[in-house]
Amino acid sequence: MNLHEYQAKELIESYGVPIQKGIMAESLDDAVAAYHKIVEESGNDVAIVKAQIHAGGRGKGGGVKLAKNLDELKEHAGNILSMMLKTPQTPGGMEGPGKLVSKILVAEDAYAPDFDACKEFYVSILMDREKQRNVIIYSTEGGMDIEKVAEETPHLVHKEWVDPQLGLQGFQTRKVAFNLGLSGAAFKNMTKFIAKLYKAFVSSDASLIEINPTVKTGDDRIIAVDTKLSLDGNALFRHPELEELRDESEEDPTEVEAKSIGLNYVKLDGNVGCMVNGAGLAMATMDIIKLSGGSPANFLDVGGTADAKRVESAFKIILRDPNVKAILINIFGGIVRCDRVAQGVVDAYKNMGTISVPIIVRLQGTNADIAKELIDNSGLAVKSAVLLQEAADLVKEVVS
Amino acid sequence: MSVLVNKDSKIIVQGITGTEGSFHTSQMIEYGTPIIGGVTPGKGGQEHLGKPVFNTVSEAVSKTGADTSIIFVPPRFAGDAIMEAASAGIKVIICITEGIPVQDMVKVRAYINDYDCRLIGPNCPGIITPDEAKVGIMPGFIHRKGKIGIVSRSGTLTYEAVDQVTKAGMGQSTCIGIGGDPIPGTTTKEAVELLMNDPDTEGIVMIGEIGGSMEANAAYWIKENGTKPVVGFIAGQTAPKGRTMGHAGAIVGGEADTAEAKMEIMRACGIAVVESPAEIGETMAKLLNK
Repeated sequence: MNLHEYQAKELIESYGVPIQKGIMAESLDDAVAAYHKIVEESGNDVAIVKAQIHAGGRGKGGGVKLAKNLDELKEHAGNILSMMLKTPQTPGGMEGPGKLVSKILVAEDAYAPDFDACKEFYVSILMDREKQRNVIIYSTEGGMDIEKVAEETPHLVHKEWVDPQLGLQGFQTRKVAFNLGLSGAAFKNMTKFIAKLYKAFVSSDASLIEINPTVKTGDDRIIAVDTKLSLDGNALFRHPELEELRDESEEDPTEVEAKSIGLNYVKLDGNVGCMVNGAGLAMATMDIIKLSGGSPANFLDVGGTADAKRVESAFKIILRDPNVKAILINIFGGIVRCDRVAQGVVDAYKNMGTISVPIIVRLQGTNADIAKELIDNSGLAVKSAVLLQEAADLVKEVVS
Repeated sequence: MSVLVNKDSKIIVQGITGTEGSFHTSQMIEYGTPIIGGVTPGKGGQEHLGKPVFNTVSEAVSKTGADTSIIFVPPRFAGDAIMEAASAGIKVIICITEGIPVQDMVKVRAYINDYDCRLIGPNCPGIITPDEAKVGIMPGFIHRKGKIGIVSRSGTLTYEAVDQVTKAGMGQSTCIGIGGDPIPGTTTKEAVELLMNDPDTEGIVMIGEIGGSMEANAAYWIKENGTKPVVGFIAGQTAPKGRTMGHAGAIVGGEADTAEAKMEIMRACGIAVVESPAEIGETMAKLLNK
């Protein structure tokens, strides 16, 4: 589950991590009030307006602007609020429709008063799958695309792994601060920054915290300027207060609906819909569609119970996508009996009246033969298959 | 011969009295799996499905000599259940539970490293040695005793492979579902190694998916140490970057996570990689000239 920047900053601040101060606003009036407060606290007329959407690269699409005075603040806040912001990470990228901005963050100028004395670093924490433990990744090359830095200058990207049983040790935070070239008060502040950030990561069951840039100010403070934070959805039962930070308007509404009825659905942009039991088989089914000359319109795992009601809900969700030209249902019946799934398909089909696209049903496993007979005798415009290859051939037939 | 589980395994079920635990325990018993008891804290002394129930795993071990455990415990308690099994001396721990928090598994991994045990899963279908022991949730009837070992991160896709292998006239030695989580107890490489060293396994099917580097690591190991034909498939050739595809571990972060990258490495290491999951069985049959 992804958080907005303002939520991420509030979360890490609650663990004592110093942040660039800011106030979230949803209207121009709120933005002006926020600006006055920020100016009063910082003693500096400059403020930054940052669009709050779940996508990186906001600056590239004009979603981050510097305001030197109230007039500029009003102009930028007015423009950014309700804009369709395109970034390389929004659906379709810079050529896509963009994402509606309904919240902005009015933040202090973190680089004041001495811009030239500031330094930018990269700091992130995540779980390293290879080593099966948490890792702190850091670099002197802050404010840049870290994947690019790692590719071009790998010696500038450092990693510090944390022992799961002992936790982060003092020598490790010192090592980070030394490797970032810090000394004096800034060194000390960086060791504290890293220790508190790690505590925030573990205590909130985060799956990623990325602070890019982390800034050393002219007066040697270390603060989080941009913050990206994702939480482990499986651990939210421990953090009901964090569950409330979920912003469903950032998610695809169809995906949200599918989830609420127990379907795992991811929208894609192809022309053949699919409905499968099991995540691995669902991905493999998408691959089959591609190899047969089509392109998958979605990932959809119906889970262990594919009865008429679920099949019908899945049909409705898939058919909402106007690009869908055919649907492939691929069920490997184990504990679930294929004849029951087949009955579910027939019932759902009849309940829905007419389905205008061809349906291919491939049922394999328990009672597959009975299921095929059921489909074939139903009188419905449904093609049936038993072997995966037969299903692939049928897809080829309908998309060509 | 086989690996990990067989007719002589002494198996207990953690969470035997729960809905899932009850259902699958009766299925396993029906298959002929040597289930000798179960554990549900607070229900010790009772009998369930004709098997004794114990309060703790260590009690079950001391009274029954159990060496294998299968876990059907809800996600918030499952990490704890794995550690309990390890500390009680269980040698093979199979965790079916899906949805365990990642930070729990980071701790569990570190904890069980101190014990002489092997964890399979979590978020997996389990292990089956056909005609001997079904320690999992897979449909038993699709399996046939034979010489092909199967390693997979997925449930139903494994059944698909099993079915094709059976229909192509071969059977399975042991099928190991290592699970779809980011931190698996047993990696693809470790599972392949077990099968490579099993005298009764003649060929190996290795099914992977997007995310992580387990398949690449297994491929490099096979290149150096492989003595048997391996057929490989990677699910998710069409999966978009940055989206989790059902399994918590199935997500493309960087280039090395993609199906294409993994398939390329596997091919370079001498694995017979199939592009279509429909070709797994026939490809193995060809390799073994059957």
